[in-house]
Amino acid sequence: MVWKISDETAFDTLGDEVRLTINGVTIRAPQNQSLLVTARQNGFEIPTLCYHRDLPSEGQCRMCVVEIGEYPRTQIVNSCTFPTQAGLVVQTHSEKVVQSRRIVLELLLARTPKAKAIQDLAAAHGVYESRFKTDDPEELCILCGLCVRTCREVVGVSAISMKGRTPDKQVATPFMEQSSACIGCGSCAFICPTNVIPYTEKDGVRTIWGRDFELQPCNVCGNYIAPKYQLEHWAKLTGDPVETFFVCRDCR
Amino acid sequence: MPRFESTDHLREYRRQLVAKRDPNQTQVMVCAGPGCLPMGSEEVAAAFREEFEKNGLGAKVLLKECGCHGLCAGAVRVLIRPQEITYQHVTPEDVPEIVEKTLKEGQVVDRLVYEDLHSHEKAVHKGEIPFFKGQMPIVLRKLDVIDPTSMDDYLAMGGYRGLRQALLEMKPDEIIDAVDKSGLRGRGGGGFPTGRKWRICQDELEEPKFIICNADEGDPGAFMDRAVMEGDPHAVLEGMIIGAFAIGASKGYIYVRHEYPLAVRRLQLAIDQAREAGFLGKNILRSGFNFDIQISRGAGAFVCGEETALIHSMEGNIGEPSPRPPYPAQAGLFGKPTVINNVETWANVPEIINMGADWYAGIGTENSKGTKVFSLVGAVNQTGLVEVPMGTTLRQIVYDLGGGIRQDREFKAVQTGGPSGGCIPAQFLDLPVDYDSLQSVGSIMGSGGMIVMDTTSCMVDVARYFINFLYEESCGKCTPCREGLKNLLFILDEIIHGRGTEEQLALMEELCDTMAAASICGLGKSAVNPIRSTIKYFREEYLAHIRDKKCHALVCRPLLKYTIDPETCTGCLACVRECPVGAISGKKKLPQELDQELCVKCGLCYEACQFDAVHIE
Amino acid sequence: MDLPRLETILSRYEGETWDLIPVLQDIQDSYSYLPKDELQVVAERLNVPLTQIYSVATFFKMFSLIPKGKHQIKVCCGTTCHLRGGGRVAESMSHRLGVEVGYTTKDMQFSLETVGCLGSCAQAPVVMIDDRYFGRTTVDKVPKILKLYK
Repeated sequence: MVWKISDETAFDTLGDEVRLTINGVTIRAPQNQSLLVTARQNGFEIPTLCYHRDLPSEGQCRMCVVEIGEYPRTQIVNSCTFPTQAGLVVQTHSEKVVQSRRIVLELLLARTPKAKAIQDLAAAHGVYESRFKTDDPEELCILCGLCVRTCREVVGVSAISMKGRTPDKQVATPFMEQSSACIGCGSCAFICPTNVIPYTEKDGVRTIWGRDFELQPCNVCGNYIAPKYQLEHWAKLTGDPVETFFVCRDCR
Repeated sequence: MPRFESTDHLREYRRQLVAKRDPNQTQVMVCAGPGCLPMGSEEVAAAFREEFEKNGLGAKVLLKECGCHGLCAGAVRVLIRPQEITYQHVTPEDVPEIVEKTLKEGQVVDRLVYEDLHSHEKAVHKGEIPFFKGQMPIVLRKLDVIDPTSMDDYLAMGGYRGLRQALLEMKPDEIIDAVDKSGLRGRGGGGFPTGRKWRICQDELEEPKFIICNADEGDPGAFMDRAVMEGDPHAVLEGMIIGAFAIGASKGYIYVRHEYPLAVRRLQLAIDQAREAGFLGKNILRSGFNFDIQISRGAGAFVCGEETALIHSMEGNIGEPSPRPPYPAQAGLFGKPTVINNVETWANVPEIINMGADWYAGIGTENSKGTKVFSLVGAVNQTGLVEVPMGTTLRQIVYDLGGGIRQDREFKAVQTGGPSGGCIPAQFLDLPVDYDSLQSVGSIMGSGGMIVMDTTSCMVDVARYFINFLYEESCGKCTPCREGLKNLLFILDEIIHGRGTEEQLALMEELCDTMAAASICGLGKSAVNPIRSTIKYFREEYLAHIRDKKCHALVCRPLLKYTIDPETCTGCLACVRECPVGAISGKKKLPQELDQELCVKCGLCYEACQFDAVHIE
Repeated sequence: MDLPRLETILSRYEGETWDLIPVLQDIQDSYSYLPKDELQVVAERLNVPLTQIYSVATFFKMFSLIPKGKHQIKVCCGTTCHLRGGGRVAESMSHRLGVEVGYTTKDMQFSLETVGCLGSCAQAPVVMIDDRYFGRTTVDKVPKILKLYK
């Protein structure tokens, strides 16, 4: 269990509307909602890499940083968890903020030079190459944690997690072996921004994280729905007979 | 130990305790603190017990293995009360003589007495030694007086008086007012006003509330908290109970780092004793207040000194920090309002209640009140723990207390605040030490580590050391810290290997700006301090490594050359045995030869040679 | 898998998720490492995903997933120890024992590692073997110290 900050709310409940300023414009927004959501709702775009509206924000990537306060007492904070409060003065693209984003992208570009999502986002910020060191040119993982959070919060099985600390941190299955908790749903691969999760499908078998899952065809149309194991997992959760999951959505 | 139910009960017990004790009784205090323990305190104490037996002194003389005396350079230290004769470098072999001459005949054993390294003046009594003269012990006061396993000792010195007063004579608001007025700031490094933190938590309506003692002292070079936990554990407990009452907390935790097993044992014993005495548990002193403390052990992660990481670790998860707000005082352990304070902060609280906020606020500087315990280590003559009023200058600490630089070398820098701190050069020696002044020169107070460096230290190597430390300890959650430290380390290694460029220096500074601004927590943010301060104050060293490919301090091995002087080499083969690559060869009793091609510049030959025949350039 | 030993450890706690790290610490202290089979049982008992246990086991330095040696040598590489030559002491030990830092000798007698700071900075360089401290260790003292354990 993690007592954490969820998407729209930095605290437990949204409060009444309060006034604050974003990029010089005064707006009104519910108190305690994250600054990121408040900004986006009001047409201010803030880039993100590790954010997803259905997942708890943990402030990993640092792309969504904004500058709050007034000179000379300003602070750089990540908007995905910082709560909307009355009287806040927020800048989404100040010099300090833009510079921070650029350096973060430059660092990521060095880490994962072949990751298209990073190349694109970096280019959008005027960063086309990196002065930093590349260890493994084939590396694609930016350690954003979206896969881990998805598996834990949305799928609810927690089949993968972060291993180690900075020197060798990586997403891994327990003991680097097949994860018995994995249901083969592929949500992690779906959510990954850089397509790094090892996942293949061939001859009715999906192989993901080194484990084979037999795909279940629809009893009606014959198209593959999902791994049989995954459907059995859902059946256990809902209490419905597993056969109900053996018919695809289109054929229902 | 009785269970105390009232003021009178406690007072009477204390009165009787003190009455039973003879202030003139001879007491032998063998230091068993962090500095003396590895040097043989237990053997010295055992030798004393044996001699007491032999001489029938067991009834007359009291032996105590107590906490850190402070002057670790003289390990093992023995203090004899009431005269306060202090001996240094005591070995078990010295003990019979001490017993015979000092305890029985009242004579001083000259060779064990402190001697000033320059004037050669001897100082027999503790109060005459410069190291002790300049201090103002509040937190360390009891360490060389009490037996840390004895609650009676603690009570006899006025222990739990503060708790009694707080619980029975003050309201929670008044306690917080007192702490506020005293000016006490977090001693773990953050320096956040303690009273303010307590008030924020007190205002929260959510229950239950918790308090945590952060005893994860991870800064290399710092052992103040360890000494207090091992030498005066009840002071920490008393402070916590008072704080819990003020805030309205029902449970407290002491998060002790894994590497301090003795501290864990001492604290647990103190907790058991406090429970027995009724200072912990239900209806403490019949005040209606319920509170208990549990120890939580760290598992080996420096980053868990950060509040939110510490909390996650206590919740059974990895120690990755969380962005704030919410702050722990609002939503901390298990999502409940939690006050986290450092060991030294808690240990100050009983005295603030006892002696009053005004007394405490009268010590120190405008914005930094009270005293601070520093671990003065490194290239000074008198290393150890010192407690001085805020505002004492670096010069006073390093020279008056520390006795100046070892081996008469030249002062180069003092590093304060651990890996998050900066290196302060000689031009700031007259800086009065407090939270703000240290920040103004690019460093921080941190937990109180004060590492003095002389000209045999290379500042590039020092920066590399800290960045490497932080790199291994960084949790890896956020990009600026994880990737930033990796790249800083890489560039520093390039510089140390003679492959660095000036562009890389500029790149490091640019990277530091983002790390300081955008990292989630203090580890990443203040990782920039060692880099920024060394580049700022010792730029020429970096440039010498880059342009000239030279390390003038003779530290960075890739830039050094080891040779054997045929004139002084005796052919004893000590170096040959140490060399891991077999680069030294020659016949026995004849000068050896060092093959430069094979040499990996490890320096083991230099260490092993007893004749100074190995030269470095 | 030593179920009785594990049960003894588990019986000390109430089985809450936040008992995870103390349970793992007890297992590490008792077995000198964290065996996979035991961890799977812990996952079930404390109702904690195995992934979380694996993350914790690989995050904190005190835990080891592979067995450690009979004697654990910890060479302090804190700042003061580093400045006073702690690194050379580690190298000398490594050389004499024939094992890399961070690993265990083939005969499983010694595990050698460097640690951040042992808190005895005034006696740098400091070495800890099991629970005994050695202060002011220099390269020439290493053979004598190792002899005590051989």
